[in-house]
Amino acid sequence: MTAVGDRPGGGTSGGDTPGGDTPGAEPLFEATGLGRSYRLPRTSPFGPPGVRHAVRDVTLRLADGAALGIVGESGSGKSTLVRLLLGLDRPDAGTVRYRGRPVVPGRPRALRWFRREVQVVFQDPAGSLDPRMTVGAAIAEPLACLGVPGDHGERVDEVLRAVDLDPAVRGRYPHEFSGGQRQRIAIARALAPRPRVLVGDEPVSALDVSVRAQILDLLGQLAERHRLGLVLVSHDLGVVARLCDQIAVMRDGTLVEQGATDAVLSRPAHPYTQALLAAVPRLPPPHEVR
Amino acid sequence: MTAGEALLEVTDLRVRLGGVDVVDGVSFALAAGERVGLIGESGSGKSLTALAVLGLLPPGARVTGSVRLHGAELIGGSDRELSRLRGRELAMIFQEPSTALNPLMRVGRQIAEPLRLHRGYSRQAAARAAVELAAAVGLPDPQRLVRSYPHELSGGQRQRVCIAAALACRPALLIADEPTTALDVTVQAEILALLGRLVAEAGTALLFITHDLAVVAAVTRRLAVLRHGRVVETGTTDDVLRAPADPYTRELLAAARLTQWDLPTVDAAAAPSERGPDVPSPASRAASRTGR
Repeated sequence: MTAVGDRPGGGTSGGDTPGGDTPGAEPLFEATGLGRSYRLPRTSPFGPPGVRHAVRDVTLRLADGAALGIVGESGSGKSTLVRLLLGLDRPDAGTVRYRGRPVVPGRPRALRWFRREVQVVFQDPAGSLDPRMTVGAAIAEPLACLGVPGDHGERVDEVLRAVDLDPAVRGRYPHEFSGGQRQRIAIARALAPRPRVLVGDEPVSALDVSVRAQILDLLGQLAERHRLGLVLVSHDLGVVARLCDQIAVMRDGTLVEQGATDAVLSRPAHPYTQALLAAVPRLPPPHEVR
Repeated sequence: MTAGEALLEVTDLRVRLGGVDVVDGVSFALAAGERVGLIGESGSGKSLTALAVLGLLPPGARVTGSVRLHGAELIGGSDRELSRLRGRELAMIFQEPSTALNPLMRVGRQIAEPLRLHRGYSRQAAARAAVELAAAVGLPDPQRLVRSYPHELSGGQRQRVCIAAALACRPALLIADEPTTALDVTVQAEILALLGRLVAEAGTALLFITHDLAVVAAVTRRLAVLRHGRVVETGTTDDVLRAPADPYTRELLAAARLTQWDLPTVDAAAAPSERGPDVPSPASRAASRTGR
């Protein structure tokens, strides 16, 4: 495993310091030697149980305000990695640090400081929003849970405007909205505690093409405006290339390649990255020159 | 295209479900061996159009218009007539190969089932054919694989099983509804290449239904863009994708290109599909970036 910037077959990182962090600046996330394995059901009553290494020796860092994309196919371990980064699961090996402090799963209260700063948007907004809760209540909920002081109603209106929704939708229920609008609500909810990092686990994969483009643009704008760090997990190279300046390619639990997105995608060093890139179906170029 | 040479001719097809015309006057035609794409977002009516062609609409759906295969009308046909055609003249593969397959039946039997039903193959002949068909769709160790159950296979292998069964009787028309949407991108590339090769070899026409414009570019020659149950644009795949005329098609393409500009060109030799990937140079995508 190599650290960010130390790409295998290196020397090709195009002069970009990944993440643009200056030496000595404290990274937001720093994961070192992360490992997580699961015991598989026994296939024979006599043999030892099998073990699946979902994540193996993963080391990565996210600089302040940087955007890191984690790309992998199904079973690559990217979701397990995100659960470890979020302190939702305990690693067998290695550590996760956020701004220098260890992130260790435990009682909810113990990680409150972390949850205020790191918020998540999931793939399916229909599943992540409580259908019995109004939009306003859903957005205010994390503020109350995290003990954020101040007028939550005002903050709800602010974040709704930030995701281009009319604050008047506060009193309505999730089912009254389209998939794209629901994802906007989920993003508003994540923004409410003024996080420093937004983690997106396949945040646009369930959306139609035209809606997907709008949500991607919105995420990009929000990240820029609020100087948010972004960790974006996706199976879609194009989505990661659109939003992230750093990329980590995952396969079978390990990071096979990481570095600056432009450098990795224009000169992929690992055969798997090359195969992944070659497999993306392409549109023919338009006739008119833009 | 004149009516005489059309293999499939769909004219003014309407499907009414729950008081709404979810398919609202769709017309298109396919010649023998031709590959046509039906493109649309969710709710565009693309899947219901396919199900209407196959006579597989859910109960309660009211269908009018005309669907002719080899000139013979399918709308209003009896279930018996339709099931005689399905599997023999018309075949379909779906998005989820795991739900399309019977979990309790060995895959070899499922591959050869159309041959038993429509071609009167004996059990032994069908078993032999299953091994050949499994090999033809690139399944590993076909002798052993035909004896396994669907859950023992990967998603890509299961879709290969569905393709083998669909093409077993060399149907005149294969309808593929989002056949690669549930698959990983590297597996998708393999399945698209396989599908393209097999329909060409068998002379089977292909109606390919997808929301993904780049996928449709890889496998079809002509396409129809659907929105709210209507065809908004038709043309050759190249013309529509490179110079869309309809505002909705333009919007759809702009959205799809958004996640393509940032991907650099790859060596065409490394690409598994036949079509060389043509994307703009890194310079032009840097200019098109809005965010970071």
